[in-house]
Amino acid sequence: MATLEAAVHGVEAVVGGGRSPAGAAWRRLVASPVARAGLLIVGAFVLIAGVTPIVHDYDAQTDADLLLRLKPPTAAHPFGTDTLGRDILVRVLHATRVSLGLAVCAVAIAAVVGSALGVLAGYFRRQVDLALMLCMDILLAFPGTLLAIAIVAMIGPGLRNSLFAISLVSIPVYARLSRSAVLALREQEFVLAAQSLGGSGRRVLLSHIVPNSLSPLIVQTTLSVAFAILEAAALGFLGLGAQPPTPEWGAMLADSYKYLTSGAWWVFCFPGAAIVLSVLGFNLLGDGLRDALDPRLGGR
Amino acid sequence: MVRRYAIQRVLSVVPVLLGVSVLVFSFVHLIPGDPALTMLGERATPEKVAEVRARLGLDRPVWEQYVLYVGKVLRGDLGVSIVRGDPVLADLLRRFPATAELATAAILLAVALGIPIGVASAVKRNSLVDSLARLWALTGVSMPIFWLGLMLAWLFGVQLRLLPTGFRLESGTAFVPWTNFVILDSALQRNWAVLADALRHLALPAVALATIPLAIIARMTRASMLEVLSREYIRTAEAKGLSQTAVVLRHALRNALLPVLTVIGLQVGHLLAGAILTETIFSWPGIGLWVYESIESRDYAIVQGASLFIAVIVVVVNLATDVLYAAVDPRIKYD
Repeated sequence: MATLEAAVHGVEAVVGGGRSPAGAAWRRLVASPVARAGLLIVGAFVLIAGVTPIVHDYDAQTDADLLLRLKPPTAAHPFGTDTLGRDILVRVLHATRVSLGLAVCAVAIAAVVGSALGVLAGYFRRQVDLALMLCMDILLAFPGTLLAIAIVAMIGPGLRNSLFAISLVSIPVYARLSRSAVLALREQEFVLAAQSLGGSGRRVLLSHIVPNSLSPLIVQTTLSVAFAILEAAALGFLGLGAQPPTPEWGAMLADSYKYLTSGAWWVFCFPGAAIVLSVLGFNLLGDGLRDALDPRLGGR
Repeated sequence: MVRRYAIQRVLSVVPVLLGVSVLVFSFVHLIPGDPALTMLGERATPEKVAEVRARLGLDRPVWEQYVLYVGKVLRGDLGVSIVRGDPVLADLLRRFPATAELATAAILLAVALGIPIGVASAVKRNSLVDSLARLWALTGVSMPIFWLGLMLAWLFGVQLRLLPTGFRLESGTAFVPWTNFVILDSALQRNWAVLADALRHLALPAVALATIPLAIIARMTRASMLEVLSREYIRTAEAKGLSQTAVVLRHALRNALLPVLTVIGLQVGHLLAGAILTETIFSWPGIGLWVYESIESRDYAIVQGASLFIAVIVVVVNLATDVLYAAVDPRIKYD
């Protein structure tokens, strides 16, 4: 049954008949507790990122109360206060928009650029393929975090430069993924059918090959966002990402290790917990999506 | 066949290494404005700026700069530190043992724990053990190393006062290293007090750095074991009446380990990049801390040299893993 469904899956996307594959995938997704947990966490963070700036005004430039420096969590400041006496809960909530926004934008850019390159390489092959894949191999020779750090160290710190660096290091995985999907698909009979019906190269590419290579891309996108949040936080931690006083999870941890011995654990505990929880959410969702979109795995 | 594949694979590395050198070379040209001025700061004299420009070869055409750069790199010259004037390669090699020691400890820890956890998880699939192991592995890959390092340092160093949270040895230790691999040196010198001290200092950074590879190895081992355990020869082995231990360890694990090996090879790059963050937190005097300090002091030659060094290590290790894999697994296809 599962293999039959997989075989039908591709055909349905083209013909559009019968039970919609998207609907079936959604039902499998919400049936899995792993994916439900992921959806819940990601949903909560997206909600925080969207709602916080609307319901609460925050000016990072003026936020400081030196009388309240490094106070442990209390009812008034549930996450305590940092070295400038700023409420950590408020900053963690406002940082959600910055951290998530950076990660999502970087992945969106990488996914579009990388997939386009991969589709081109896979469809045209020969020199185009060779040249593009060599570029990707070169980028992959560097550990992603290292390349991002080195690039931002050179072009200068800041959110926009971090965005550029994180997108760049995320491109190869999309290029490779979409290329291999295209290579596998172009041998399939429905592509041959479309070509023999006289479909132009562009038409075959856009209306037959691209829609059918989407599901691994969707899974990869979710996992990439998780990775991008970690990258962004690492850059922020090294002082290369968001600049003070902008609230960003990684940057909030930047100098905190210097206060380690003073025992002010709340300064680094809560922003870090936000990173772990959001990344975990995207990873759970990615795992769930993989099971839901690829019925051949049979819930393994 | 294996030899032909090995030669092909080695040759395929040449264009990648060339590309890596182009990318690292272009780092200097990513610096906005005049790199020499940016390095020296606003108050530099025009003569000093001209001197640095000439030393970096920035007054020549770009292609000539690149040819000069590659020539120097091939002769083992990675430039000199702009701040301190020391040759980058010598400093790099002096600091590498600290990073290598940390990374080795981390990967040993990750393999020693990750493989058994993955095997247990696969054998007891969908049990409580499996669920806990999977959740733990997923949390592990979601963990920013620097945050985990901070939490470990705070808990074991500051609260419980069990372990030191910085440096490789207690300050003031009278110890003359031979190779800068402190653990190796102290063992060779039979200096057990120093060895114990070095291990205590290594514990927290190694655990922090091991967490992500551990999680990845555990997940990979589980997936690979599940794949192998569903094969018919496993059923045959069980039907023969072999004990479960024999089936799992002798028949399944040996075959399941091959993809795990590749994953372990891939971790080397992540370990070296992760070292930048881990070493910063634990004041571990390796390449990572050095890169962090160089970023702060805008010593671009060091960032450039260290990036090239790490990228070459990653390319070589991946090459070695691929060739080993081909040599070990007779089923692999050569194309």
